[in-house]
Amino acid sequence: MLKNRRSVHKSVLPGFGLTMGFTVVYLSLIVLIPLAALFLKATGMGWTEYWQLMTTQRVLESFRVTFSTSLCAALANAVFGFLVAWVLVRYSFPGKRFIDAMVDLPFALPTAASGITLSMLYSQHGWIGRWFDFRITYSQLGIFIALTFIGLPFVVRAMQPALTDIERELEEAAASLGATRWQTFWKVLFPGLLPALLTGFTMAFARAIGEYGSVIFIAGNSEIAPKLIIIKLEANEYTAATAIAVTMLVVSFFLLLVINLLQLWGTKNWNRT
Amino acid sequence: MSSKNPTDNHEPTPFPFTEQTITEPFWVRCLLIGFALVFLALFLFLPLVFMLFEAFAEGVSYYFKALSDEDAVHALSLTLFSAAVAVPINIVFGLSAAWCVAKFEFPGKSILITLIDLPFAISPVVAGLLFVLLFGLQGWFGSFLESHHLKIIYAVPGVVLATLFVTFPFVARELIPVMQSQGTEEEIAARVLGANGWQIFWRVTLPNIKWGLLYGVILCNARAMGEFGAVAVVSGSIRKTTCTLPLHIENLYNENLYSAAFAVASLLAMLAIVTLAAKTMIEMKAAKEDKVETKN
Repeated sequence: MLKNRRSVHKSVLPGFGLTMGFTVVYLSLIVLIPLAALFLKATGMGWTEYWQLMTTQRVLESFRVTFSTSLCAALANAVFGFLVAWVLVRYSFPGKRFIDAMVDLPFALPTAASGITLSMLYSQHGWIGRWFDFRITYSQLGIFIALTFIGLPFVVRAMQPALTDIERELEEAAASLGATRWQTFWKVLFPGLLPALLTGFTMAFARAIGEYGSVIFIAGNSEIAPKLIIIKLEANEYTAATAIAVTMLVVSFFLLLVINLLQLWGTKNWNRT
Repeated sequence: MSSKNPTDNHEPTPFPFTEQTITEPFWVRCLLIGFALVFLALFLFLPLVFMLFEAFAEGVSYYFKALSDEDAVHALSLTLFSAAVAVPINIVFGLSAAWCVAKFEFPGKSILITLIDLPFAISPVVAGLLFVLLFGLQGWFGSFLESHHLKIIYAVPGVVLATLFVTFPFVARELIPVMQSQGTEEEIAARVLGANGWQIFWRVTLPNIKWGLLYGVILCNARAMGEFGAVAVVSGSIRKTTCTLPLHIENLYNENLYSAAFAVASLLAMLAIVTLAAKTMIEMKAAKEDKVETKN
């Protein structure tokens, strides 16, 4: 410990104590203490009560809807995000810079605004919904669309640096060895891009699970997990809300770990080539 | 496609390669570009156009009436207020976190960076719940607050707290990589020449990180003004008291006042477009300066 302290103080730059102190205090006040309070509240209920609360029909159904639609949306994002990133990095066409900037629209647009817009657009009177015989809004399909909308930038932004880093020599070598374009893509380029794609996929999935604003309007009465927390809170069922929230937090932290590992894998991959 | 397999004819492969050997055939490129553009047009642009169309569906005067409505004006002022509190606090935090992470070595640094990013991984609804469990009537400090006639949940402080939480990492996470890549050489040189801490910060560090800082501030502000889920949980959406613009949209929509809801939404859409434009400009400026620097 003493040794570490000395290595800190060896730096001639001032302000370590001040900035470190402020950072840790503010982090604790805004993030760590509230999180600790949630977990403390959760430990107060005990396993049997937790298990009972989590296995009610309503909670299980909300988790089923949340996870299955989030997974589908993340898969759709992986496909479309890959395509968009590929086109933006490797081809040139008029308006490319504008399109590139607009990819972040789902990030920048407040979720309540995108929520009501998607809900109306895909409703039976909306510009898109009217062309379909079946209902899109108030169904899992509607939730899927909203989750795909907000998840798209994650995959595109994760893929772009990886695509830019591809070395031309790699493709030239493949071509000179007689590979077709498809073989080059599938056997040479794609394996190198896989960590970035999985990172983007996991980020989109993690965001989709917790998403609220852009989904609730199009979801109607379908209960996704975040909405169920609010319903439980409004009914003053704090313990039930806490149980659902803790479960979601554990899943989020697990996904965060996966994302970090994937990014580590990605950097290692590139260092090897 | 256009090049024959080089092993078939025994001529040596020409070098350097023509574009055709390392890119897709023309028709494939056109198809992919076309598909991507159609997808983005339907999926991203159409909603934006539709929103504007709906906002003006009942005429221009209705649009401005919806925006100048008393509830809307109050919601706007609360949104501006909570952003005006949250953004500066998170700027100070971001600068301080980036300074200690990027300029010093200490054990547990990567854990600190992970903890700073934590709010991004947490659902906004859960974020709101955290503060309800702390300060709500049934929360840890609930009875204390009640006996002192203080209100945080269903009041403005709750809205500000929720905003602080969800915008917490934005500035720090933009600044940390920028400051790390810049190293400490310039600061140490300034120190050796006799500059004190504030002088180093204002004259050496700040000019180096200004684009990164601005970038973080813009994203932080956009999120602060647009946050919905976390604020919805703590605010109770009480008109003229704790209703922010995004919550006002929800209220109008639930009352079937669609055009008014879309009018207010278009205001937030404008914020989004300004944010994206500023972001792109900063990226271009920073790239240009990078180029100049590497040339010198």
